[in-house]
Amino acid sequence: MSTNGKFAVIGKPLPRVDAVAKVTGRAVYADDMLLPRTLHCRILRSPHPHARIVSIDTSAARRMPGVQAVITGADLPIKFGILPVTQDERALEHEKVRYVGDPIAAVAATDEEIAAAACDAIAVEFEVLEPVMSIDEGLAAPKDERIQDYGGPNNIHKLVALEFGDVEGGFARADHVREDVFFFQGSTHLPMEQHSAIATYVDGRVTLWSSTQVVHYVHRALAKVLEMPMNRIRVIGAAHGGGFGGKTDPFAHEIIVSKLAMMTGRPVKCTLTREEVFYAHRGRHPVLMWVRTGVTRDGRITAMHFRSALDGGAYGSYGVASTFYTGALQTVTYDIPAYRFEGCRVFTNKPPCGPKRGHGTPQPRFALEVHLEKIAHELGIDPVDLKQGNFVKPMTRTVNWLRVTSCGLDECTERVMSASGYRKREKRSGHGMGFAISSYLSGAGTAIYWNDMPHSEVQIKVDRGGVTAYCGAMEIGQGSDSVLAAIVAEELGLQPPDVRLVTADTDTTPIDLGSYSSRVTFMAGNAAIEAARKMRAMLVEAAASKMACDPTAVEVGGGRIGDFSFEEVSILAEARFGTLTSAGSYTPPKIAGPYKGAGVGPSPAYSYSACVVDLDADARTGLVHVNRIWIAHDVGRAINPLLVQGQVEGSVYMGLGEALMEEQAFRKGLHKWPSMLEYKSPTFLDMPDVETFIVETVDPEGPYGAKEAGQGPLLPVPPAVSCAVYDALGVWIDEVPITPEKIVEGLRRKAKGEPARFGPPRFPAIPYPPPIKVEPPSKDLDRAAPAAI
Amino acid sequence: MKHEMTRDVQREVIALDVNGERRELLLPVHKTLLEVLREDMQLTGTKHGCELGECGTCTVLVDGRPELSCLVLPIQVAGRAITTIEGLAAGAKLHPLQQAFAELGAAQCGYCTPGILLSAKSLLETNARPSRDEIREALAGNLCRCTGYTKILEAVELAAGRMT
Repeated sequence: MSTNGKFAVIGKPLPRVDAVAKVTGRAVYADDMLLPRTLHCRILRSPHPHARIVSIDTSAARRMPGVQAVITGADLPIKFGILPVTQDERALEHEKVRYVGDPIAAVAATDEEIAAAACDAIAVEFEVLEPVMSIDEGLAAPKDERIQDYGGPNNIHKLVALEFGDVEGGFARADHVREDVFFFQGSTHLPMEQHSAIATYVDGRVTLWSSTQVVHYVHRALAKVLEMPMNRIRVIGAAHGGGFGGKTDPFAHEIIVSKLAMMTGRPVKCTLTREEVFYAHRGRHPVLMWVRTGVTRDGRITAMHFRSALDGGAYGSYGVASTFYTGALQTVTYDIPAYRFEGCRVFTNKPPCGPKRGHGTPQPRFALEVHLEKIAHELGIDPVDLKQGNFVKPMTRTVNWLRVTSCGLDECTERVMSASGYRKREKRSGHGMGFAISSYLSGAGTAIYWNDMPHSEVQIKVDRGGVTAYCGAMEIGQGSDSVLAAIVAEELGLQPPDVRLVTADTDTTPIDLGSYSSRVTFMAGNAAIEAARKMRAMLVEAAASKMACDPTAVEVGGGRIGDFSFEEVSILAEARFGTLTSAGSYTPPKIAGPYKGAGVGPSPAYSYSACVVDLDADARTGLVHVNRIWIAHDVGRAINPLLVQGQVEGSVYMGLGEALMEEQAFRKGLHKWPSMLEYKSPTFLDMPDVETFIVETVDPEGPYGAKEAGQGPLLPVPPAVSCAVYDALGVWIDEVPITPEKIVEGLRRKAKGEPARFGPPRFPAIPYPPPIKVEPPSKDLDRAAPAAI
Repeated sequence: MKHEMTRDVQREVIALDVNGERRELLLPVHKTLLEVLREDMQLTGTKHGCELGECGTCTVLVDGRPELSCLVLPIQVAGRAITTIEGLAAGAKLHPLQQAFAELGAAQCGYCTPGILLSAKSLLETNARPSRDEIREALAGNLCRCTGYTKILEAVELAAGRMT
């Protein structure tokens, strides 16, 4: 910030710092790398959803010309997993396979075709087991054996039950109580770039370039499985072709190429095929949900009880966190005085589910928004009024101990209401408008593995006028490099292109936990401010000394510090202080509530969104045509409005895809459509015009007040579409995706006099434990924060 | 599908004219143009997303028309003018489309960007001032998962305005 308090860079719609590399094809993605003597790796994967491995014979593969190495699970027996509590994966399985696509063996060969042919030559004898393919089957006693040897009963992975406040009393006080059941189908990230990794082994050190979102977690998994100290392993994030959560787990192929490089002494590369990407997955959990809410006559919520059942796929992945997330953020948008949450994740013989944009929260958001819409209709209250009457207030604590600081829900709602004309909309059959809101984390407040260290660190070096910022943060297309450059430039009176960035390299950059949970702008941004202000103080002191004035009299801005150019000052300062380096770090405040499971949900700040969808729906065909979407997003402060708009528009797009068409579905263990043609995603022709409003609430702890933008705006889109379909045709579609078949079937039932609804008929009986009862905090933020803030 | 373990691979010398530079290469006849560009010519700006002609990521221009390089064999395009993303800028000067994409944030992860830029170039050569729907139609074969397409449409419109 310049001395006069005005921003020179922050808030300006500047191009990305990597824009030219990307528009000229010069950004180097992992699969673009081909080091001399590179071997190509292919992975043999299970053709069965559930089977014991009786034997693996690799002898024929090993004899093939061009084959340099063949490995199986015996070579990589140590288990890993993203969460410390679910270390249940092997890079290669040699005992049992749990989904079609589970890796069994890997080959390194002089070319990819030879490697693929060698995989075919590996003979695996299986004892095929009965697969478990649905939530209901996962809850029931297994026909053969359980998928995993932990959790239970049956194939239940995780059960949670929490109760905050007097839930029974809340329901007793209600004038009206309603129950609904919803289903949100799974979907996958479908990044344009297939996962790719290339490893070398030189001088006893492994170096891995990967299309990952989290170099640090890959680093940890490699150290564990390869049994090497972390200081012998270097993980570098290559230019990244899209993640959306799908590259947030450590993956088998990353470990495999590292091992093969160690064995062969040559670079080894593995790029997944598109089909393999569908099976690697870690995407949106299919979730069945039941919700019961009590309200007063005028629509105030008195109590809520929410149940979820997640179809987790074959491994843990982020699933324990995902389970908690299906119950965590309901309270962050609506003031719910008493709340009970019961969650359950089951193992099934399908690719593991994990985090996809919104991680575990779009599903309950869909249920909650449509459920409240139905309650409003029953009470004869305008749904927008009912929701708005329950909005949380800024600077409060929720009943489940989440700390809300800035909150722009009201302003977001007003912006989309006035722009869309929702309240004055023309009522005619076949045309509808729907409204929904949402919230999301600006970074998870707790790390994936327990530690007291900072979540993000930035170092700055100034040398002969050149500024380099080092940070472990991973640019995945969201613009994190541009945000870091903007912040450092702002503080040093420069422009973003003046700042050189070194990011996502575990050898040369200080830690950042990675690009997940919308954490980078908030956490790396705050670390960058601290580092840059320390550097600025040194430069200002050097300038003041030369000018013989007080440092407070030194102006910073426009590439100058005091009477000198930036380069001149850097020389003065280096002469005065020696090597010019500074560092900053960010640790989130300890604000989690006093109960087990409280680690999922807290964030230093929450973003808020409101959305209106306008569509036409054809009662005869069930076809939906979305005309326009209005979205307002409370980002706290837009460090770069161009990037914020891009994140918001991209989130709306992805939400619309999930709302209308995207489906990760299986038949007999096989993905129904593992190709980009058959897995329907919106094209240029499907995407309506989107009108974006950026709302700035200037969060007290965000960098310059900034919060997240990359995930929250996805969440209101599916429920807004469902509400708009009801507005158009008078039929509730309580299930995502909202396909023409479901609309037509719902209308057929309505015509027969049955409830005008398509959705899951019931919620299964689940052996939830008795809930852990948690005393709610005081709503007042100051009084409610015991040792925190 | 089982892969053939060993086979006699037929190879041909094929002359390719890429970005105005002619190269003669000894190539297995079954190797796709996408693979040849990336692996034999080190033109890695052309990306792959599916290798099945579904996503548009590998789009290049052949005699000015967009083609999916994952579905083209080099022998089909021998001697014809192939343009990849590396050939779009005039030296260090960005093409107006590249400039507009950079200015408006139309590239996020950037992986689909080369293919979309080339499809857009072909469109603007036949239709200098396309309507938004005409742009949508022309680019409908190119998927993007980051942008929601809005900034891409705006960037093509901006470039078209500057070019006419």
